[in-house]
Amino acid sequence: MAIELKDVEHLAGLARIAISNEEKKILQHDLEEILAYVSQVTKVTAEFGAPTVGELHNVMREDTEPHAGGMFTEDILNQAPAREGNRISVKKIL
Amino acid sequence: MDIRNLTIKEAHEMLVNKKMSVLELAEEVLKVAESTKDLNAYLEIFSDVRTQAEVAQKIIDSGKATRLTGIPFAMKDNILIKGRIASASSKMLENYRATYDAHVTKKLRDAGVVFIGRTNMDEFAMGGSTENSAFGATKNPHDKTRVPGGSSGGSATALSAGACLGALGTDTGGSIRQPASFCGVIGLKPTYGSVSRSGLIAMASSLDQAGPFAKTVEDAEIIFDCIKGHDPMDSTSYPADFAHPKFKSPKVIGVPTEFVHAEGVDERVLKNFEESIEQMKKAGYEVKEISLPALAHGLSVYYILMPAEVSSNLARFDGVRYGYHVDGANLLEDYIRSRGEGFGREVRRRILLGTYVLSSGYYDAYYGRACAVREMLKKDLEKAFEDVDIIATPTTPTPAFKIGEKSSDPLQMYLADIFTVPVNIAGVPAISIPSGFVEEDGAKLPLGIQFIAPHFGESALFSVGKDFEKAIGYNI
Repeated sequence: MAIELKDVEHLAGLARIAISNEEKKILQHDLEEILAYVSQVTKVTAEFGAPTVGELHNVMREDTEPHAGGMFTEDILNQAPAREGNRISVKKIL
Repeated sequence: MDIRNLTIKEAHEMLVNKKMSVLELAEEVLKVAESTKDLNAYLEIFSDVRTQAEVAQKIIDSGKATRLTGIPFAMKDNILIKGRIASASSKMLENYRATYDAHVTKKLRDAGVVFIGRTNMDEFAMGGSTENSAFGATKNPHDKTRVPGGSSGGSATALSAGACLGALGTDTGGSIRQPASFCGVIGLKPTYGSVSRSGLIAMASSLDQAGPFAKTVEDAEIIFDCIKGHDPMDSTSYPADFAHPKFKSPKVIGVPTEFVHAEGVDERVLKNFEESIEQMKKAGYEVKEISLPALAHGLSVYYILMPAEVSSNLARFDGVRYGYHVDGANLLEDYIRSRGEGFGREVRRRILLGTYVLSSGYYDAYYGRACAVREMLKKDLEKAFEDVDIIATPTTPTPAFKIGEKSSDPLQMYLADIFTVPVNIAGVPAISIPSGFVEEDGAKLPLGIQFIAPHFGESALFSVGKDFEKAIGYNI
């Protein structure tokens, strides 16, 4: 599996991570090596036929009994880099 | 009294019989923590240990002590304790204060433990050496030029050095068992779903599980009994009314010989493993050779599923709601720079790898197939457990390696997980128990044996583990 530098750049863009040029080259090599190793799984499934899906069932709890409003507001907002009143402040996107 | 040899059980007896106060015990542990500071096991020693000790003493004096009341405890830095920093050894969360208790924290708090501090780890639990911490590597107490293993290396080191009596870690692919093996202590990875993940900083949610480090199997059992149980805040935790199968005491040990003799396994590790198995035969166990070819695929399945889940779990760190923030020209730049600077190298590598295996062109080839092989591995194990009660392997292919030895070669580092990873893939429980030492460069390096049981078979692990301790005449 050949990984090109532009693939690394594309992945970094999708993952929203700034990566230096020097590190891109290291990542190109690492990803290629790791992907070559994990590609084993493609051969295994070929031997054992079509992939099966795990058994799925609903494990979500009922959406009931909420805690009192505002209980955690201060604790949580204290962690935010920027706030405006009881809201987290972000840069405008439009 | 040498605190390094003191078990939780012994300390409990001394506390309830008033041979020692909680404060005296805590002071002893703090002394050791101070004198072993160069190991870098703790990221922070809490300033309120003495206050906590007073609270625990009151519980003991009122006659309501549990087996853990007043016991000095270390917590891996990815387990939330309300009001305290939980950094996951990442610059991203360097100043993050937990807004709630993890379920396991609450259980331990209710039992009256004294939290000594939070321990170093590989950043976001990604690594097998604790070298990936943003706050410096931890050193192995048996040889300071070597790694303690990881990712829960700080917890294993703190316990091994005597800087706590019990510790919690998390195990996604071996992060409790491998450092336990490298540091000569016991480490338990419980069944997936038996201990709540609520309040653990998530790495790969279908594999993560919290569990104990302890000096004896009995101590590990005491801690596990405290932290296990259903929690409505974790949808994958099993309900209390779940019919746990009752295990008869295990008698037959299966050894997947072909898998154990994989490429790259140290001869001395194999020799020690064979000796351990001989001891178990002498102790009355039947040993059967089993063939489990699917185990060999564990690592490749793991290095697809884990980064896939990492890339999605760590998407939450956006520099907006909490954590590290860099101000860019616009919101997109805020994201890119906050994540680029906040995450360390291994974390960035795994996020990119996960992004790749989940991308639309490769999803079926990698993620889809890995899920299929995971089901296969589970079924193979289930079948094996029809013939044997326990499966045994070495915990790690080598003893603790040198600091820096594998840090520039991620694939070599990943191969150190070969025996521990399949257990997480299948969701079954496993325990690592010290099985002896090898001498290298004048240091005695611990080795460990791993026992694996079927789902919810922790009691079988404790039973076989106690027999093993007896069989090899294990002394702390």
